[in-house]
Amino acid sequence: MAPTSCSLCRDAKAILKRPKTGQQICKNCFFFVFETEVHHTITESKLFKPGDRVAIGASGGKDSTVLAYVMKTLNERYNYGLDLFLLSIDEGITGYRDDSLETVKRNQQQYDMPLKILSYDELYGWTMDAIVEQIGKKNNCTFCGVFRRQALDRGAASLKVDHIVTGHNADDIAETVLMNIMRGDIARLGRCTSICTQGEDTIKRSKPFKYAYEKEIVMYAYFKKLDYFSTECIYSPDAYRGHARTFLKDLEAARPSAIIDIIHSGEAFEVKEEIKATQKAQQTCKRCGYMSSNDLCKACTLLEGLERGMANSVITDRARKKMDAIGPAPDNIRTIPLFRSTPTIAVELPSQS
Amino acid sequence: MADTMTIKLVFSGGLELLFGNERNQSVLIPPLVPSDNSTHSSPSSSPSTPSSHNDIPSTGETKAADLEYLIYHLRDHLLKERPELFMENGTIRPGILVLINNTDWELEGEGSYQLCNNDEIVFISTLHGG
Repeated sequence: MAPTSCSLCRDAKAILKRPKTGQQICKNCFFFVFETEVHHTITESKLFKPGDRVAIGASGGKDSTVLAYVMKTLNERYNYGLDLFLLSIDEGITGYRDDSLETVKRNQQQYDMPLKILSYDELYGWTMDAIVEQIGKKNNCTFCGVFRRQALDRGAASLKVDHIVTGHNADDIAETVLMNIMRGDIARLGRCTSICTQGEDTIKRSKPFKYAYEKEIVMYAYFKKLDYFSTECIYSPDAYRGHARTFLKDLEAARPSAIIDIIHSGEAFEVKEEIKATQKAQQTCKRCGYMSSNDLCKACTLLEGLERGMANSVITDRARKKMDAIGPAPDNIRTIPLFRSTPTIAVELPSQS
Repeated sequence: MADTMTIKLVFSGGLELLFGNERNQSVLIPPLVPSDNSTHSSPSSSPSTPSSHNDIPSTGETKAADLEYLIYHLRDHLLKERPELFMENGTIRPGILVLINNTDWELEGEGSYQLCNNDEIVFISTLHGG
């Protein structure tokens, strides 16, 4: 096929066909449209204001590395006036997380941003390796996701940031929409397409890459020669999300706009009033003060399950009630420290509760 | 008749793990290959081994060596494990990006792009956490 010239500048050779638009564009035009689209996503949703302290959830993977680079570039180019930080969570997965953290440390040097690393071990007393040893490989993603969410909030609180940004891309969000439909999870379906989420006591959390295709993020990283770590989490092959991902990739191959279309469908979903009324109201956890739908937040529930050796039984609310029926938690198990939006993270010893 | 072609390969995004952890490799591909993509008569993939120029398959139609054939060749001769993570339905698994001389393969005809000597083909997997 003869080389085509870029459909935007009509000058340089086209090196990429954008899945979102089908346009054939050259390298520099690609950099520009990619960055500008993220800029528009940010400004249209009015995500930031000057002086905001923003933590970038950094794992060393492709999305968060490109996010750190693009945030820094846009912050300078358009004078957002933001203070940027890298925030990384160490789940304690040997051979996966320890390697990717080395990449984050390199990113810190390359992008000249302060870095904070928070580990499950110091916060909960359990690494993912230890958790998987206890519960096997079926529900471990639930533990990891719940623990990570709290860990990010606590890390951000300790840095006194106003806002957390994560590298979730269009493919991720489309997968989540599909997953929630497949599992009939109305509550999550209603929330999962919001670009910015905020609870009463939690820090704002946004996804500037919400409309950025994974393919374009990878191409951006490749052509800009950005340094990232790329291996599947060793515990993920059995994860439910894998089904949604395979399906989505096949859809994308058939019609690339399917990804954005699914997101727009997800945004258009409205939960009927009668159903909304049955949803649980937000409260705070009686044990650690974090936001919760029940008396105890999910993280405290899961941790109690681990400490009592009954972790597999606390994944669902129904199973939780069964555990409660057996008896209350003993006094000496480890609990999560109280959550406040204040600078220090205190570590409580098991003898207190 | 054209000579055997050297094709340079780069595997990244985790894909290198399927190819013995070697990110940069190369293969020798004959100018004409079976239309049905069967790869049993291909020359050795090591550049130091002498190969025959007249390596025409004995049965069936032939076509100019293209990217579709290369993918079969890699699966059959270079891949060390788990072919289902590399190929699906006769082509590259969705989620693996292909670049031909630093250009998106979708601009070059995907599988029907005809290989040229010293082409560099990059395979990037996107199927991992970000």
